[in-house]
Amino acid sequence: MTPGVVGWAEHPAAVALAGRHRLRPLEPIPWILALAFYFLFPKYLGFGTELLIMILFALSLDLVLGYAGIVTLGQAAFFGAGAYTVGILAKRGLWNEPITGLILAAAVAAAIGLGSGLVLLRTGGLTLLMLTLCTMALLEEGANLAHDYTGGFDGLDSLSITPLLGVFEFNPLYPKTQYLYVLAVLFVCFVFVRTLVYSPFGQSLTGIRENTLRMHAVGAPVRRRLVLSYALSAAIAGVAGGIWAQANAYVNLGTLGLDRAATVLIILVLGGYGRLYGAFVGAVAYMALAHFLSKVYPTAWQLGLGLLLVVIALFARNGILGIVEAAVRRRPRPMP
Amino acid sequence: MSVPLLETRALCRSFGALVAARDIDFRLDAGARHALIGPNGAGKTTFVNLLTGVIPPTSGAILMKGRDITGVNQAQRVKLGIARTFQINRLFRRLSVLENVYIAIAERTGAAPSMLRPAGSRRDVVEEAMRLLETLKLTPDASRTIAELPYGRQRLVELAIALGLKPEVLLLDEPAAGVPSAESHIILDAIDALPRDIAVLIIDHDMDLVFRFAERITVMVGGAVFATGTPREIGADLNVRAVYLGRAARG
Repeated sequence: MTPGVVGWAEHPAAVALAGRHRLRPLEPIPWILALAFYFLFPKYLGFGTELLIMILFALSLDLVLGYAGIVTLGQAAFFGAGAYTVGILAKRGLWNEPITGLILAAAVAAAIGLGSGLVLLRTGGLTLLMLTLCTMALLEEGANLAHDYTGGFDGLDSLSITPLLGVFEFNPLYPKTQYLYVLAVLFVCFVFVRTLVYSPFGQSLTGIRENTLRMHAVGAPVRRRLVLSYALSAAIAGVAGGIWAQANAYVNLGTLGLDRAATVLIILVLGGYGRLYGAFVGAVAYMALAHFLSKVYPTAWQLGLGLLLVVIALFARNGILGIVEAAVRRRPRPMP
Repeated sequence: MSVPLLETRALCRSFGALVAARDIDFRLDAGARHALIGPNGAGKTTFVNLLTGVIPPTSGAILMKGRDITGVNQAQRVKLGIARTFQINRLFRRLSVLENVYIAIAERTGAAPSMLRPAGSRRDVVEEAMRLLETLKLTPDASRTIAELPYGRQRLVELAIALGLKPEVLLLDEPAAGVPSAESHIILDAIDALPRDIAVLIIDHDMDLVFRFAERITVMVGGAVFATGTPREIGADLNVRAVYLGRAARG
């Protein structure tokens, strides 16, 4: 046997594959920052909660768009499904407990993801893009028409959610509980998504993204994998929507709208998709920019955002994280 | 005669008015070194797509070891031991060479659906992938992404992915296509070194390659089998020459 075969485990490629799921030194930083934010900016916890929810939502999109390569414009369908699940159950007094409420939200969103995915994921490209958009529009219009359940255009407000773990009250004016609750849920979902993308299943999703035809040729059940990832992503988006409804104590049609779907897409593209932390970087960048621009140009702030997106799309396809990665790679290494 | 490994009976496929496969009776025996040749548009790729289940036949049957697999889908045919390479590279371009092969082996060994453990923890899959790369002399490139490799090396990865499926039948669709002649010996050597327990069907225009490699040759013209025989018989067949020379004279 040749030395190369004996030493396969020491080959850099094998080492990289065996160790790529291990925690990297920079990874705790966003979580430390998020905790620090809680103590440093108690007045901005409402903003912080919204930000964390957008990260969670963007993370759900990253799983399908960044890893499985499913181009969707309708991710808000699942966010809204989760939000309305929590909203309707709470408004009718059927279910007010927050944590189990999120599980129900995830289940409803996953069921819609599974059902629509089975039909939609037979297609691809532009057709799929339009169909995801249509699905979302149908849900939005359905929510608008089902006034008795959803409150129609006005939505459902003053939702009563029981205290978290029976102890911590949700106070919309001083959202300390919400912030930590959302952070904890984000952490759990993040660990799940992170585990998933580094698993053999995640590897096969990237295979589908890179070359679907080849995945068929190696005997992979491509559509089943796609539908499964779509449903899982929908479940996480449903959690994001459900927790949004709980944190704000209301739901409206905006949770299902194109605005929200487009925003989350912009966030992910801005941060860098297929990178796990792109959702974090993108959400912070987007929220900070939107905040800054709307102060400087209150009437035309979205123009600035649009220009930035054009620049990103033309010169930095991999988003902010892609720029950072390229800079790190280009840095001259010390001589051995 | 023994039961063929892979067999087609009166296999037909039409695309509207175009008949791309016409009554193809074909057999591939275990361990065969068989070549499929024919002018452009003869239906060679359609035939490969029929064998691998990418498209269903209009009529006729495909049998593997005597069992009818006409209705078996593509993924299941891979499980039965039919693998292919593509005329134009179909690789996972932004993944490393090791990951490319890992994906194929993970599918075959049933590791792929697992969600909750890291891919790298399947040491059996990683080890098999590394050993396979070693046999194809791809070890030095294992860390590089496909996009970083010269085309000739990429063609080897095409082969590696197919071999990772441990096929009994390997369909090679123009394995050396697009490779600069200075590098093509890498591919030819790799094909020569394929283990004898794999039956190989090679589809190619390159007569040097075909006559060097094949022990049996099938010539297709206009969607139908035109002639089948040993390289010597085919080389001496005046009708076959006419088909090729006729094309050449017109072109």
